Amino acid sequence: MIEFHNVSKRYPGSCDALSQVSFKLAGGEMAFLTGHSGAGKSTLLKLIAVLIRPTNGQVLINNENIGHISRRRIPYVRRNVGIIFQDHKLLFDRTVFDNVALPLVISGLPHREIGRRVRASLDKVGLLNKEKSLPITLSGGQQQRVGIARAVVNKPPILLADEPTGNLDPELSREIMELFEQFQQVGVSVLIASHDLDLISQMGHKVLTLDEGRMTAGGMHNAPQDKLR
Amino acid sequence: MISPSVYIARHMQVMLATLGEMIRSPMSNLMTIAVMGIALALPTGLHVILKNVQQVTAQWDGAAQISLFLKPSVTDKQADQLANILRKRQDIKSVTHITRSEALKEFRENSGFGEALEALEDNPFPAVIVVFPTEQSDNLLTVQTMLASFKQRPEVELAQLDMQWLKRLYAIMDFGRRGIWVLAAMLSLSVLLVVGNTIRLAIQNRRDEIEIIKLIGGTDAFIRRPFLYTGFWYGLSGGILSWLLVTLSIWLLSGPVSQLATLYDSNYSLSSLDFSGSLILLGLSIFLGLAGSWIAVSRHLDAIEPD
Repeated sequence: MIEFHNVSKRYPGSCDALSQVSFKLAGGEMAFLTGHSGAGKSTLLKLIAVLIRPTNGQVLINNENIGHISRRRIPYVRRNVGIIFQDHKLLFDRTVFDNVALPLVISGLPHREIGRRVRASLDKVGLLNKEKSLPITLSGGQQQRVGIARAVVNKPPILLADEPTGNLDPELSREIMELFEQFQQVGVSVLIASHDLDLISQMGHKVLTLDEGRMTAGGMHNAPQDKLR
Repeated sequence: MISPSVYIARHMQVMLATLGEMIRSPMSNLMTIAVMGIALALPTGLHVILKNVQQVTAQWDGAAQISLFLKPSVTDKQADQLANILRKRQDIKSVTHITRSEALKEFRENSGFGEALEALEDNPFPAVIVVFPTEQSDNLLTVQTMLASFKQRPEVELAQLDMQWLKRLYAIMDFGRRGIWVLAAMLSLSVLLVVGNTIRLAIQNRRDEIEIIKLIGGTDAFIRRPFLYTGFWYGLSGGILSWLLVTLSIWLLSGPVSQLATLYDSNYSLSSLDFSGSLILLGLSIFLGLAGSWIAVSRHLDAIEPD
């Protein structure tokens, strides 16, 4: 589902943020991405969301090399990737329903279909009774759930989360992680950047560790590309 | 991917949503619309006035004519002979001879001074021969040569080139028309900039929203759409406002104008913007609204990229 082959990313005027990173995440697989801050976690997630382009190497999503796709194609790639942000990135002048509906509106779904899917998604995260509320009236954990509902509402095959439990207490964090596991069980590839090592070890999934731009655990080391196909 | 009916429904929804947003914050939008309306009303109003002047002057023949006032001693017969000589010239289209008695009769009928004329013993009017040059010779140089030769004839007391002033008026009107075009072009440009600037501010106000929409896979067309419709509404309402301003101004002027026309013994009345003119005004206004927002959107949307 996601494949990185010897991917490097260098920002202008600095050393490599990522260096020769190779790994593979299959459909329905869940993995944690760990490392100190500045180790390259955000850079890796941004590459998958095509917010930045790799300097070297290949980033494949569904066997499509997204390193060189045209600007016009980018929105369609992003529709296959649900992203959950640490700061939620909700629209505070819209209701919970409208926030969650946004990806479906963008895809141009009929009105009735939108209502059905938004409610299913909100039901999944346990916020069906909040659909008419404004995000500002919700707690941090609830806002995070709205963000998750929005990320999964158009059923993307890939789910990315950047420090989704960063501001939550352990119990809430655990609940959120279990929610991610439920998506993984229905075939979604889930990649979660986190430095909550205790929680990660409890969950028992694949762990990808980055250290100063290099993948020190969980990756594929210097694998020749022809063997990967 | 998206069925046409859903696509059209989506457009209608955005169209109405942007209209709703404009109605919800009327003050700031009214300012923009007022600037557009006034800027468009100015050249439109001048155009309407010029058209009215053209209508008045169109009744007058634009060709030059030379009036020869004959000496009182010239008899009708001699005058006829002169008219006949002139008729044979290649550069003259036609010649009209007004005898002294005809001139008197015409004056008596039209001026209302008939009774005053009765008091005079003699007919005070000279005979007049009006010469119309052919179209080929209707230029200043030829006509002036012609005029000079007429002046030397013994029968002629005074030779006068008429309608020269009309030509000047036409030239002034032509100048005015050009001036209106220049004014219209400059004011259209300012309308474009006003809409562009308003849309630019709207884009900046919705920066977060645009970023989020880009993050979750919104295409450029999707993001552009509400701003373009906002531009469309600005254009339409600015156009309607300028139409109202022009119509109101003409209505205000029509009273004094018809009074003036009565004094000139005419039943002339001001005509306002006609149907096709109104459509052109609205169309142009909508075009400017759309173009202004398009420029703003294409310049500023690329600058907003999520990170």
